[in-house]
Amino acid sequence: MTNSAALELPAQVQVSSRQRITPPLGWMDLNLRELWSYRELLYFLVWRDLKVRYKQTAIGALWAILQPFLTMLVFSLFFGRLAHIPSNGLPHSVFYYSGLLAWLYSATALQHSTNTMVENQRVITKVYFPRLLLPVSTVASGLVDFAFGFVVFLGMLVYYRIEPGKAFFLMPLFLLLAVLTALGMGVWLSALNAIYRDVRYVVPFLIQFWMFASPVAYPSTLVPEQWRWLYGLNPMAGVVEGFRWSLTGHGQPPTVLLAVSAAMVLVLLAGGVIYFQKMEGTIADVL
Amino acid sequence: MSDIVIRTENLGKKYRLGERERYLALRDLLARAASAPVRLLSPRNLSSSNGNHKGNHKNGNRSHIWALHDTSLEIRRGEVVGLIGRNGAGKSTLLKILSRITKPTTGCAEIYGRVGSLLEVGTGFHPELTGSENIYLCGAILGMSKREIQQKFDEIVAFAEVEKFLSTPVKHYSSGMYVRLAFSVAAHLEPEILLVDEVLAVGDASFQKKCLGKMGQVSRAGRTILFVSHNVTAIKALCSRAVLMRDGTVAASGTVAEVVDHYLLGAVSDTSAKEWRDPAGAPGNENIRLSYVRIIPPPGKPVITIDTGAQVEIGFENSRENIYLGCTIYVTNSEGVVIFTSGHSISPEVNSRCGFYHVKGEITGHLLNAGRYSVDVVFGKDQRYVLLRADHVVSFDVENVARSSNMAIAPGVVRPRLSWSHSFQEESSLIGQPLSDQPVL
Repeated sequence: MTNSAALELPAQVQVSSRQRITPPLGWMDLNLRELWSYRELLYFLVWRDLKVRYKQTAIGALWAILQPFLTMLVFSLFFGRLAHIPSNGLPHSVFYYSGLLAWLYSATALQHSTNTMVENQRVITKVYFPRLLLPVSTVASGLVDFAFGFVVFLGMLVYYRIEPGKAFFLMPLFLLLAVLTALGMGVWLSALNAIYRDVRYVVPFLIQFWMFASPVAYPSTLVPEQWRWLYGLNPMAGVVEGFRWSLTGHGQPPTVLLAVSAAMVLVLLAGGVIYFQKMEGTIADVL
Repeated sequence: MSDIVIRTENLGKKYRLGERERYLALRDLLARAASAPVRLLSPRNLSSSNGNHKGNHKNGNRSHIWALHDTSLEIRRGEVVGLIGRNGAGKSTLLKILSRITKPTTGCAEIYGRVGSLLEVGTGFHPELTGSENIYLCGAILGMSKREIQQKFDEIVAFAEVEKFLSTPVKHYSSGMYVRLAFSVAAHLEPEILLVDEVLAVGDASFQKKCLGKMGQVSRAGRTILFVSHNVTAIKALCSRAVLMRDGTVAASGTVAEVVDHYLLGAVSDTSAKEWRDPAGAPGNENIRLSYVRIIPPPGKPVITIDTGAQVEIGFENSRENIYLGCTIYVTNSEGVVIFTSGHSISPEVNSRCGFYHVKGEITGHLLNAGRYSVDVVFGKDQRYVLLRADHVVSFDVENVARSSNMAIAPGVVRPRLSWSHSFQEESSLIGQPLSDQPVL
């Protein structure tokens, strides 16, 4: 029965692609064209993240606003009112919120992407797609929360009558830097966490320490001028400071800091992607 | 180029032993770093004591296993090829490599055409999402484009028979509905090459039939299917060609009938008791080494019959101290169907000792029907990880005994003794007879 079936081949079955499967080739296995061809799946993964995130929560996406907002209140009270940390002449709430917006986005994206490989273990061991899509999708889906938080920030600007100035339009640039930082770290940590589950216990600490190493709760001007470049080795320093500067127009453009941070981000991301690609071929075996 | 769509050349996949046993924790890495100077001094020492670690597999071949080796295969367009073999024969590894889930260690494979792989039903399903959302998600993960899914959406829903529940989260689905929907999405995937792993072993009988029908359709549309199963019946029904895998490589390839015969005959050991005097020749590895496996009639009985049942005796040497050790047998009939598995937790207190263990068990009577059975012995750790798997170590026959005057072997996989009873009335007077008074069983 099946033999005869094999003979009546319809002509429209055409070979659409040719795949060569070989042992891992080494360092540069990155296939950008393939990544691009999976963009629709990326869209669905982001969509899934968003759908699932606030399912069965009572206030849903309101959490995206409450998180930075409540943190901002706490910071204003303790760092601002009680500790009298300078805030570049901005109202405390605006100062902290602008920093937190960038920081919380990166920190959350980082935390989610660390776990993404393990959370998607079942899918990874059962079907192929470029694994890089997973950290990319978590980093991308965080942008929606960011957008909610950003709207609140616009409200704050109006409330405090702050005119941000031309630098405001540079914000997307700093956002991009935040995305790349989160992605760079996320790619590293997701691959590492797939092999060493210790990583997921380290990350909460890492995030805590990192926040204090970044100008979220204080302005970077507290760091002595001659050490500023070193401070910039922390990519989030440039991101947070740049964010605040572009959004509020207060303070100096953090040029040195930013240049060092941007360079760091690129190194981090490139290294992460290379490491990830190296792991990708056999990650299903160790998960 | 001819119409070969899959070609593999000397494909091999090496796993480090213990790799699936647990993930590497950082402390192992630290321990390894700390012992590095020692290792430099005495590399041989370490390869034996620390053999399941990453860096050591070059030192000796005891620390890794070739799940697949030297596998060369050609599959032509439109063929439906059944891949059969025992557990651990390398079928799934081959499928994983072809579907690009993992990369081979050696060799290469070439595939001409879009590949769809179904290694599991419901890949990518998210319990919180609704039925229709999951159709899109699962479809996308399996490699369908959004447009394709939109076009086939109604068809998928109709096939799964879940129209009413499309906006219900799948976590509230019954398991039958879940599987139907999941399979339906997968069945509407239309790649040129379909790689399928035993996903047909799901759902109720009528749905299974529907699935087989759907796969048949797919093959008639000129697509190539590589179908992994140890269900001989399904292979016979579906495939035009079969490939037998054994010990990680291709053992036979040809028509379904030939290969299936080969499979059923070749692998089964024909003695019901085995003893290994020489440990080197016994099935085993660095964890466990078998000394004997016996399936014998109970004391005082000459043969194993459907009434007597049998005694199981397993002796082995254990080299893993302080673990939760378990021993399980798989009993398989001559059709290759696993009738049951049963096991004994040897050291649930995580206090196993190095040395010789003797395990005894009983296969109760009134369980197996007459026929020939083959036994696999599996040793596990924490009821999760396989330490040693010895396939078809022994086989035994269960003799039929006459029940009433009929000597013929009753059909059926099992031959249980159920309790029956009946009642009798001279006149038909169902009225007034409460149902609960009737014996139910």
